[in-house]
Amino acid sequence: MGLNNGESSGAGLLEGSVMVTRLDEVTKPGGAQGIINWGRRWSIFQYPFVTACCGMEYMSWMCSHYDPGRFGAEAPRFSPRQADVMFVVGTISHKQAPVLKRVYDQMCEPKWVIAFGACASSGGFYDNYATVQGVDCIVPVDVYIPGCPPRPEAVLDAVMLLQEKIDREGPERWARREAASK
Amino acid sequence: MSQAILERLKERYEDGVVETATERGDDCAVLKREILVDVCRFLKDDADFAMNLFVDVTAVDWLDRRTPRFDVVFQLKSITKRHRVTLKVRVDDGDDAWVPSVTGVWRGADWFERELWDMFGVRVDGHPNLRRILMWDGFEGHPLRKDYPVAGRQPLVPLRKSEVHVFENNPVDPFVVGLGVVREKSDGDA
Ligand code: SF4
Repeated sequence: MGLNNGESSGAGLLEGSVMVTRLDEVTKPGGAQGIINWGRRWSIFQYPFVTACCGMEYMSWMCSHYDPGRFGAEAPRFSPRQADVMFVVGTISHKQAPVLKRVYDQMCEPKWVIAFGACASSGGFYDNYATVQGVDCIVPVDVYIPGCPPRPEAVLDAVMLLQEKIDREGPERWARREAASK
Repeated sequence: MSQAILERLKERYEDGVVETATERGDDCAVLKREILVDVCRFLKDDADFAMNLFVDVTAVDWLDRRTPRFDVVFQLKSITKRHRVTLKVRVDDGDDAWVPSVTGVWRGADWFERELWDMFGVRVDGHPNLRRILMWDGFEGHPLRKDYPVAGRQPLVPLRKSEVHVFENNPVDPFVVGLGVVREKSDGDA
């Protein structure tokens, strides 16, 4: 998959599904980050915020044919408190924006957002009084998936890219996030 | 068939029927506002017409192109007789922008009339619960009026500024592969 544990984390090697490392690598400051990231990126629990036609493609992607279980992402959580990634799937209206924001705020850190499809990414062709022009106007977005609707392959690609992003994260993320939320 | 409806209406209401038109089998009568409810009740109850389905009510805004400004358009259908008819009432802007409610004839007209008020600002006199239905309380103006600003947005949550740039070490060239694109935020979210 090319998703091995990069040198930056310095915590060891990924062999198959086993992490090989040394105790002193893990216990030194920041040393466990590689293992933490490894765990996080293979257990992406999603909160599906599904509002429109993209939902059809989302369902297709969620089923066995495309099998997100290969990426540890097959478990949807319908409580934001148990979710790691919010999938915003479909058109978001201004009337709905407070709900989206609230769900996002209820998710525990670490959390990520995927904007699924043209509407969630940019408003799509709904450039009008009702529609939010991309959910990044409301919550920070990590991965944008183009398409109206996207192919399931594009969603898999997005999940893999999110995994790479998770893998590069260090403790400084939280400091920056905290600063940004003030 | 339904041209018979127009004939019958003209005969029965005389001056109340302002105009009629037939286009490719679709019949339309423009009515005076005063007789609207009566006509509706008649079309519903009359055994020949039996308009038992209220399909829709909407409006056409002729801003700057015609006075009175609005056509309020009612679509009626008979399930049993399989025919339909369009009724229109012309109303102007401001105080004149109102039509009587037909919820007394078809209960199902309720939400459509609220939509008419919400989108076009045409008041519905006698409606049991005339509130906005699609937009939220506190929304200003009526978005389907032609003078609603095209870029008029009324967000309910403060919008973030999103400064987006493509993430440097992205191993996938988004323009070649055309699939997922990873981007980072400058606000410390990366
Ligand atoms: S991007 Fe296309 S398919 Fe997806 S919600 Fe918008 S209109 Fe529907």
